[in-house]
Amino acid sequence: MTFAIDQPSTEARDLDVPRRLSAITREDVAELTLSAIAAACLVAVAFVLAGFGTSDRLGFLICWMAVFVVNYIAVSAKRHGALVAKDRLARLWVVAGASVALGALGCILFYVLVNGWYAAFGHQFPSFWTHDFSRGGVLDTKARVGALHAIIGTLEQVGLATLATTPLAILAAVYLNEMPGKLATPLRIVVDAMSGMPSVIAGLFIYIIWVVPRKLHGFSGLAAAMAIAIIMMPTVIRTAEEVLRLVPGTLREAALALGSPERRMVLKVVLPTARAGLVTAVILGVARATGETAPVILTAGGNPRLNLSPFSGPQADLPQQVYSWFQTAGPTSLHETWGGALVLILVVLTLFVLARLLGSGRSARAKRRRSARRRGRAVTRQTITV
Amino acid sequence: MTVAALPPVIISETSDSPRAIQSPRSFLDRLFRLVLKGCAGTVVVLIFAIILFLAQKAWPVLQSSGLSFFTTSVWRPGVIGQYGILGDLIGTVTVAVVALVFAFPISLAINQYVPGAARRVLIMLVDLLAAVPSLVYGLWGVFVFDAWLTGPTTWMSKYAAFFPLFRPGPGALGRSLFACGLVVAIMVTPIITSVSREVMSQTPVEQCEGALALGGAKWGVITDVILPFARNGIIGAALLGLGRALGETMAVTLILSITTNPTPTSHILYAGGGTIPALIVDWYSQVGPGRGLDALTLAGLTLFALTLAVNIFARMIVSKSARTA
Repeated sequence: MTFAIDQPSTEARDLDVPRRLSAITREDVAELTLSAIAAACLVAVAFVLAGFGTSDRLGFLICWMAVFVVNYIAVSAKRHGALVAKDRLARLWVVAGASVALGALGCILFYVLVNGWYAAFGHQFPSFWTHDFSRGGVLDTKARVGALHAIIGTLEQVGLATLATTPLAILAAVYLNEMPGKLATPLRIVVDAMSGMPSVIAGLFIYIIWVVPRKLHGFSGLAAAMAIAIIMMPTVIRTAEEVLRLVPGTLREAALALGSPERRMVLKVVLPTARAGLVTAVILGVARATGETAPVILTAGGNPRLNLSPFSGPQADLPQQVYSWFQTAGPTSLHETWGGALVLILVVLTLFVLARLLGSGRSARAKRRRSARRRGRAVTRQTITV
Repeated sequence: MTVAALPPVIISETSDSPRAIQSPRSFLDRLFRLVLKGCAGTVVVLIFAIILFLAQKAWPVLQSSGLSFFTTSVWRPGVIGQYGILGDLIGTVTVAVVALVFAFPISLAINQYVPGAARRVLIMLVDLLAAVPSLVYGLWGVFVFDAWLTGPTTWMSKYAAFFPLFRPGPGALGRSLFACGLVVAIMVTPIITSVSREVMSQTPVEQCEGALALGGAKWGVITDVILPFARNGIIGAALLGLGRALGETMAVTLILSITTNPTPTSHILYAGGGTIPALIVDWYSQVGPGRGLDALTLAGLTLFALTLAVNIFARMIVSKSARTA
């Protein structure tokens, strides 16, 4: 009974034309739209009878959705059987889930762009990028204020953290992948633990161990960099390990067979082969670290004035500055809050796309294999038709 | 027996001893290994140092406050400090559970049913969700999303009040634990999606095709083949999401209107409440370096222990289900 739906009348059909199993027929569309309309009518009548009137739009929407689902599934079950009804229910669920996730993403990007435009690219355009916030409190509407100090702070702090983390993390990943010893299992567990660690804990740790003993003169870019490094480490280690695992074993064996010692095998064969992927790993770590807010709030200290040195005195930082603008949010600093958020999200998304592009370069081998398979398939098809 | 009957083979030890296949490593190679081991060791030592340090700092508070630290909700640092984090602890768990309840079905939905090309785009976009900084989520949550939510929450507190958590409570609707939970749900969707996708993709293709060939619909393949195969992995993925949600700091700090001494509440639609990360961000500069900071450390350590337990358990489940593949 349930099989019947997939078989349209075959008489009119040329037998050589492949039957499209997933085609959407006019019937399907009709069932969908009609049950939606029917549900709307039903709920409208019920609302009028119950005396709700037209005031409760949200209630109408919720009831409509519920009735629509029941309607549509009942129609499907009646016409095509339980199997198809279940299938369609799942489809509805998928559409709902995907639209919630994508809607949220689109909505967030949209609002940040619209609200942040004023400060970052609109009225405050050049000055937002070229001035610090030292004149922020001044009641002068023409005062030139911006986020330069925070942008530079972020660059320096993340840069320092990257410098410290990259070699350590990549070598640890090499250890895990190339010559795992007794430390491998604890290292894996530790990396798991670190990647699940709430970022605020990293901030609290550095705050206690570095900032407090210096009588609160320890707030600095350096402290923030240390906290960021703790956050970055697991991401880089884990991604780098995955990348190294993709390096074919034959390359290693070839290198060893040619008599190269282990260190040269790793340094001259494995690491260069995985170069693009390793860069991706680092970029992913940087992207994650740039957006982290809680650790830098606890460690950087914040400073409306441009402080070029990360080693002396409190320094601002983009997330930290955005948070402090948010806390003191007056009508003007709200512009800066959104502007800072826009800059932050632009930086992070650029890094992310960059990592993606490099990462797809990594799978060039897989692509070649895929195209070879396609060629093979074409060859098979030819032999069959001949 | 027959073996014993064989004449003994005489091995001349000097010429025929087995050759070591591995030549001894050169000094530089050993140095290289040492460097690698050193790096691995540094990372391991680092995390243990963090844990030990926090524990040592938090110990005196645990000793003096004892269990009341976890069973009372009064946080009053000062000369006679009173430290209790029950309200924050419950708040943390509430946000995480609300997030999981909403994120889990969404993540599972995204994984299945979407055809090839659209799926790749969808996966990329969902990964982008993971890239958005939590601060931005917070800003969006408090300025945009929370305003939208007043409509539905008003409706819920009116018509869905039979559900214990939606009962009308004191104060205003909005800036609530519920709103935080929803925003955090969007934030943890990518991780649940990607981990469960990985586990599901390990289902043997033959089994799926077999089910399809027997006349099963896609839904049947999912419920009868993929889900039984990947069930543990999916549970693990959900737990990983839970771990993330527990530690979420900035979004909650921005969205929630934080109460100083939050009591455990079931009115999750109403303003107020607290979570442990929010408590830390809120108080770190106010408690001063002393007893208060130690108590804050203990709160942080509690959070860390909670996420650690959830995460390690989840990882164990996931890797076990990957191994059976």
